[in-house]
Amino acid sequence: MGRRGVLRLLGVGALGIAPLPILPSLLRSALSGKLVRSRGPVARTPDGRIRQWSMVIDLRRCDGCQSVGLPPQCTAACIEGHFGPEPMEWIQVFEGDLPGGGTQFIPTPCQQCQNPPCVNVCPVAATFSTPEGTVLIDQERCIGCRICMAACPYDRRFFNWGKAPVPPESLMADYSAEHQVPTRRGTVMKCDFCPDMMRDGVLPYCVQACPNNAIYYGDLEEDVASNGDEIIVVSRFLSENQAYRIKEDLGTKPRVYYIPGHGEAVGRDVFKKGRLPTRWPWVETVKGARTWKR
Amino acid sequence: MEAVTTARERLERAALAPVTGTSRWYYAWVAFLLMVIAWGVYAYSRQLHDGLIVTGMRDRISWGLYITTFVFFIGISHAGTLISAILRVSQARWRTPITRMAEFITVVALCCGALFVIIDLGRPDRVLNVIIYGRWQSPIIWDVLAITTYLTASIAYLFLPMIPDLALFRDRLAGRVAGWRIRLYDLLSVRWQGTAAQWRYMGGAITTAMILIIPIAVSVHTVVSWIFAMTLREPWNSTIFGAFFVAGAIFSGIATLIVVMAVLRKVYHLEEYITEKHFVYLGYLMAAFALIMIYGNISEYLTTGYKMEEGAEFHFRQLFLEQFAGFYWFYLIGGLVVPGLLILLPWTRNIWGIVAAALLVDAAMWVERYFIVVAGFRVPLMPYKPSVYAPTWVELSVMAAGFALFALLITLFVKVFPILAVWEVAEDLETPELAPEAGRLPSGAAPEPAGGGSR
Repeated sequence: MGRRGVLRLLGVGALGIAPLPILPSLLRSALSGKLVRSRGPVARTPDGRIRQWSMVIDLRRCDGCQSVGLPPQCTAACIEGHFGPEPMEWIQVFEGDLPGGGTQFIPTPCQQCQNPPCVNVCPVAATFSTPEGTVLIDQERCIGCRICMAACPYDRRFFNWGKAPVPPESLMADYSAEHQVPTRRGTVMKCDFCPDMMRDGVLPYCVQACPNNAIYYGDLEEDVASNGDEIIVVSRFLSENQAYRIKEDLGTKPRVYYIPGHGEAVGRDVFKKGRLPTRWPWVETVKGARTWKR
Repeated sequence: MEAVTTARERLERAALAPVTGTSRWYYAWVAFLLMVIAWGVYAYSRQLHDGLIVTGMRDRISWGLYITTFVFFIGISHAGTLISAILRVSQARWRTPITRMAEFITVVALCCGALFVIIDLGRPDRVLNVIIYGRWQSPIIWDVLAITTYLTASIAYLFLPMIPDLALFRDRLAGRVAGWRIRLYDLLSVRWQGTAAQWRYMGGAITTAMILIIPIAVSVHTVVSWIFAMTLREPWNSTIFGAFFVAGAIFSGIATLIVVMAVLRKVYHLEEYITEKHFVYLGYLMAAFALIMIYGNISEYLTTGYKMEEGAEFHFRQLFLEQFAGFYWFYLIGGLVVPGLLILLPWTRNIWGIVAAALLVDAAMWVERYFIVVAGFRVPLMPYKPSVYAPTWVELSVMAAGFALFALLITLFVKVFPILAVWEVAEDLETPELAPEAGRLPSGAAPEPAGGGSR
């Protein structure tokens, strides 16, 4: 092969490689004719600033629903509202040990990190941060590689391992990443922070259902939050009550704040252990569905 | 000169033998492998039908045998290219009879390994999303890039030095084998006539490829480790992971090369070319990497264990005392210390001893990969009871099929392509003191140091 041949080869090679960087865009425009249905319009304050959703959980008021004699009601309401399949507890009430032998109950939704490890590692941007500061998953794009589950330090991601045990009527819902109904096999799910409900001015299921009003939900931009009973100024409430975030040292910057406690405000004895196990209320589930353990 | 000609003829005969003659055992072996693969395909079809629920993986231990096998295969892919490139760069002449096998292990292992990532996906139907929506911030995309680059480079690096041998096959086999083979050799030998200009171009291309492939190979396993190390989980949150993975990869790669070499040597009677010297030299290389692995383990576990943070304590207990202790001590003792001793002690420093060491290393490195994945996931993140993971028959079958595919591709390769780098070995033959007979160790004599064979 002479000099001319080498040059010709190089030229053809360069022409062959040149389209590679724009190949993904070409494929995208060719394949996704329909609009992505993953998300509605961004929520704004009356003067047009983007709302920054956040949650404050007052552990002084959480007794794991011992006083009402039911499984945790935040979890139950979330399951009912999202047609959550067993064994997913998007907001899960963990029982943590306290020094001295007592325990505390910690309702744990997705922490909506501002430096989210799951979003960082997702290969296809199926999980993404929104302008409102929350993290969502587009189950119509997720490839099920589960690296986000490896990355999440809060154990807040759930996988649809098989045909999920959900009621048949859930399959008729219009899918959106803000509500995640119906479930999609082979994809990851988690707490979506209910931005679709807040757009209509309705508090998330878990907040509504808490019998002790332990969960506040609101907007950091307007510095206001509500547990459905009272309204707080978030900055003052957090500062005056020794608020903390789970695993603060990891630098994930969660949007879920906790006020330390063990249910003392609602009369729980710190040594009274245990909560009732979560139940999934579905009488009828889709044909051929099976539950699994976490 | 007379002796050289006959040696050359014997060499060509040895290289051509697998292609020209096929025994009954060969068909039986291929049939067996095909059956294992068919069973694995059936198992995978169950998984496609029912979802990943048929595996033992669940939310809290969400990667298992598949990712273990992926990491292991990418690891043994370092057998080839890296070892052969390093030996070529350092001009160790004794490498010539083994480079072709080594390079082929790389290509096959990469293909098998990449397959397991797709098998592990919850939505394999959406695998194209990786290209359509891929984002460079994700370690998975780094992996896709690194592995495809490495695969391309490995194929080039396998192919380039094979061209003269393919031409030899084209010329020697004309009329003796099926027409498609001749057409294949004709096509692949790219009109090689052995002119001085062709030799010069090929030499240049090989030099470029071998220098490029070393950093690529190192990057590949570093990036594989970053799938784990880019997370906040206690046992994975480590800066040593990349280097540790690369060392482990080369370690298990050498072991695999030794095993494959021993099998092919036996089956195709290559004793004249693959001698005890090759096993001993590769054994030395493996012993060196055993020492590096021991160093890596001490460095990793002493720095975390000395301080014993909460998650580290759990991890140490499950590895060294509880759940995984039996297998973990097997990895440490049986996979690092014993193989090292087998190689270093003079009375086991023979083919059998070194093959035994290599088998131990391969088993132990698989176990190590398994613990990195499963034990890493098992450390609880929140106040819940630690999960358990037990692979199901589906995962075991698919994994077995993966190994069968690896063996099958190598089996088929030796039937079609030259397993010895004929021209490179022939070059050695022309220097009398390097004739294969001289390569055999006199019994009891201490072998010369690895790499010194050329001087």
